[in-house]
Amino acid sequence: MALKGNLRDFTLLQLFNLVNLAAKTGSLILKTPDDEAQMAFRVGKLAYACTEKDDASLAGILLRGNKINAAQYRIIRERGTQISDQELGLLLINAGYFTQDDILSVLHDYYTGVVHKMFNWTEGAFNFDENMATPDGRIPVRIDLENLIIDATRLTYEREMLEDEIPSLDMAVKFSDRPGANLEKIRLNPEEWKVINYVNPKNTLRQISRTLHLTEMEIRRIIYALLQAGIVELIRPAGIPVAVSLGNQTTPAPRVVKPQESLVNRLINRIRSL
Amino acid sequence: MQNVKMVVTGPFSSGKTEFIHTVSEIDVVSTEKKITAVDEKNIKDTTTVAMDFGRITVDENLVLYLFGTPGQKRFDFMWEILSEGMLGFIVMIDSTRPETFREARSILETFRAYAPTPYIVAANKQDCVDAWDPKDMRHVLRLDPTVKILPCVATEKARVKNVLLELLYSILEEMETGKR
Repeated sequence: MALKGNLRDFTLLQLFNLVNLAAKTGSLILKTPDDEAQMAFRVGKLAYACTEKDDASLAGILLRGNKINAAQYRIIRERGTQISDQELGLLLINAGYFTQDDILSVLHDYYTGVVHKMFNWTEGAFNFDENMATPDGRIPVRIDLENLIIDATRLTYEREMLEDEIPSLDMAVKFSDRPGANLEKIRLNPEEWKVINYVNPKNTLRQISRTLHLTEMEIRRIIYALLQAGIVELIRPAGIPVAVSLGNQTTPAPRVVKPQESLVNRLINRIRSL
Repeated sequence: MQNVKMVVTGPFSSGKTEFIHTVSEIDVVSTEKKITAVDEKNIKDTTTVAMDFGRITVDENLVLYLFGTPGQKRFDFMWEILSEGMLGFIVMIDSTRPETFREARSILETFRAYAPTPYIVAANKQDCVDAWDPKDMRHVLRLDPTVKILPCVATEKARVKNVLLELLYSILEEMETGKR
């Protein structure tokens, strides 16, 4: 049975809820114009996750987790092209470089990180295939989805809050005429400094995010921080429609019709005879 | 002569008109109009704007009317009028369009607020390759375990009959529970 759709209509959080509640086994493929991701589940638990852009081999994951250095990574890649991750893992354990727990822990962190990244994807086709398992040779783990769902809920809440505060990325920002903070004492991180460089009423937030290769969530987070600090002000460019709230719709008082049992039985008999 | 009615509701293009057409003994009195919205036109050419109306004569003293609601949100002022005095209602959902599940949930809650009568969910278009499993749809729609969700193909009489019968059984069960 297919589970196909688009994240625009059916979020990853909802999919995780479904996999968790129904204790599903299978693989989920997500495709966006920029990237592709695959996750495998076993009886409602995350077994594997990777994105197309990452090197999701064990060597690549160990490098990313700072468990090996670039030279060691290169040697493994050169010597180990013919062996699977499972074989490589066994070799590294038997040679005493790592324990089994070390490897499982770094995989756990990597897979969780991939999922966290994917929670920021709000658009893209998904396809859950119950007949597809973890890719051959990869090392599966068992990660409970509950914590990931809680993280995703938190992220969703944050995204909604940021979208309320900054409804459109077609808005621009300008430096506040009367900044609410003492600019000399303010400490910004490198990403915030990069954004500051592009603060100009002519630049929309979308343009800034594209230039700096920031996701929508990242640019919103930075701008929100700058807004809260009173450093910048949002400017609404002319022509952006204002969202209209429908307001509270009143719910009419319930009306109940009480049919007779004999009447319902007559209806049943008639429908059966159709 | 006594008239009773059931309402068939659900999102746009979920198969409500087909459902009624399959079991109605009269040609369905339909208020379909050509679609002008481009997005919706990609899904089908016409849509119900006021209601669909089908009839099943039970005997000389009793007639069952099936009312289909318009699926588009902008015609929802008709929902309350149609729900007046209904025995129960069926929420029809296109199993191949998960983007409509949230709306289906909202429609379901709206009708529950109009009248807390028994209802069931029909997972339509189960003959399509991309159809979601009704069990998965139950999770997504956050349906109570006591609410029935039935596989359906609105063009197949046996399946439609099954949905109507299950709704009637639910009505009967609720009457019996109420007696206790």
